[in-house]
Amino acid sequence: MVVVKTLPEIPVKKGEPPYKIWIFEPGEKKELPLIFNLRQLAEQRRPALLPGHRMCAGCAAPIVVKLASFAFRGPTIVVNATGCLEVSTTIYPYTSWAVPWIHNAFENAAATAGGIEAAIKAMKKTGRLKYDHVDVVVFAGDGGTYDIGFQALSGMAERGHDVLYILYDNEAYMNTGIQRSGGTPKYAWTTTSPVGSVLPGKGESKKPIAEIMVAHRIPYVATATPAHWMDFMKKVRKGIEVNGPAFIHALSSCDRGWRHEESISIEILRRAVDTCYFPLWEWTPETGYVLTDRSLVIARNPSLKQPIEKFVEVQGRFRHLLRPENKELLKQLQEYVDAMWEDLLKRASNAPR
Amino acid sequence: MSTLRSWREIPLGGVAFRLSTDVKTGDWRALRPVIDQNKCTKCLICWLFCPDMSIIWDGEKVSVNYDYCKGCGICAHECPVKAISMVPEVGE
Ligand SMILES: Cc1ncc(C[n+]2csc(CCOP(=O)(O)OP(=O)(O)O)c2C)c(N)n1
Ligand code: SF4
Ligand code: SF4
Ligand code: SF4
Ligand SMILES: [Mg+2]
Repeated sequence: MVVVKTLPEIPVKKGEPPYKIWIFEPGEKKELPLIFNLRQLAEQRRPALLPGHRMCAGCAAPIVVKLASFAFRGPTIVVNATGCLEVSTTIYPYTSWAVPWIHNAFENAAATAGGIEAAIKAMKKTGRLKYDHVDVVVFAGDGGTYDIGFQALSGMAERGHDVLYILYDNEAYMNTGIQRSGGTPKYAWTTTSPVGSVLPGKGESKKPIAEIMVAHRIPYVATATPAHWMDFMKKVRKGIEVNGPAFIHALSSCDRGWRHEESISIEILRRAVDTCYFPLWEWTPETGYVLTDRSLVIARNPSLKQPIEKFVEVQGRFRHLLRPENKELLKQLQEYVDAMWEDLLKRASNAPR
Repeated sequence: MSTLRSWREIPLGGVAFRLSTDVKTGDWRALRPVIDQNKCTKCLICWLFCPDMSIIWDGEKVSVNYDYCKGCGICAHECPVKAISMVPEVGE
């Protein structure tokens, strides 16, 4: 007989204890409000992720999950693709998930989520669902999204399942030791795109995954970072509320793979947006591309746009770009970022003309 | 295992049945975040960004749950008033 321990008791004078398993009474109809006042949030809401997980110190992925879960609207089932997040939050027999959670395989998180959503629909139709709505949210890494899980994702989008798919993009296969993926940026060092006298890191550019999802013409696509937390939470709620597939591309720093100080995980994501390396936007079939948060501010005041060095200089995976002999590569990277940003400005309906 | 089981006989899946709160990741820590309560404005930015759910707001003050805190220093870096300092852990 295994004794299952309960949550640690920590004296909290006001509000709920700091860690809670999410339990919804059958018949639950009301939606959890979106709270942006941090005192209210800290007193009224609990993250879907519990401490004791074994993600590296300073990893941004648990912050992605934590913030996303603050925007969940009620009963939610989480589907996780194989990757750091999945491995480190469910080391047998432990789980860090305070909500129902399933892992199936690396390549089929979207298919698993689609199946769950279809089952929910069928149960609702036949009166067997105990809740008004049950949301399905996927968390998957870049390897599990850009590459190996892509056909499952594309199929889920095409079939129109009511699922929110959140990509936490740390720009490489981190859990197996930093191999390059379709999400790894050009010139980044990884163990399979090494830096030396022959190669200057990865030779190919990052696949525009969010634009590929836009091309599926699903109801909602957005980019986000946990550093821009209000923007991120709003987008998660929108992605859950729309009827049909939604996709959020969240940049997620990895101190091991990006080779940066643990303490600057959020700072780096801020720099990614400030340099327009990773612009924040959302897209719906009705509105088209709409810039949000800091990226809208930069579009209105271009002098705020920072040079790409600001993003590159704090990361060991780009260290070679700062060497004098690689000036040309850095210039190319800047030109690429500028071209992508200009292209987005042309498409964004709220960019100044 | 004495005999190999066929795919019909192997379990459908594994169920993780214990909470990770039993795992005290605080022993990973090399640097300890220490909050200066006189400087703290209780803005809760540290609480928001802590990847290990280790900042506790009890309705009156902000504290650190050292059972789980891995010492990443994100809280100290993000604190708008620099109320958190990271001090080296000394062995027991
Ligand atoms: C079909 C299959 N191939 C390979 C693996 C080995 N594997 C486990 S995690 C992982 C990397 C995951 O990378 P990503 O999706 O980017 O997530 P991250 O670990 O970076 O968060 C790989 C290759 C696997 N589990 N299943
Ligand atoms: S390797 Fe990177 S993504 Fe994986 S847990 Fe560590 S910091 Fe996070
Ligand atoms: S971020 Fe700093 S000021 Fe704000 S609550 Fe935390 S310690 Fe206090
Ligand atoms: S050092 Fe890191 S883990 Fe510890 S309380 Fe601060 S943010 Fe959380
Ligand atoms: Mg990855």
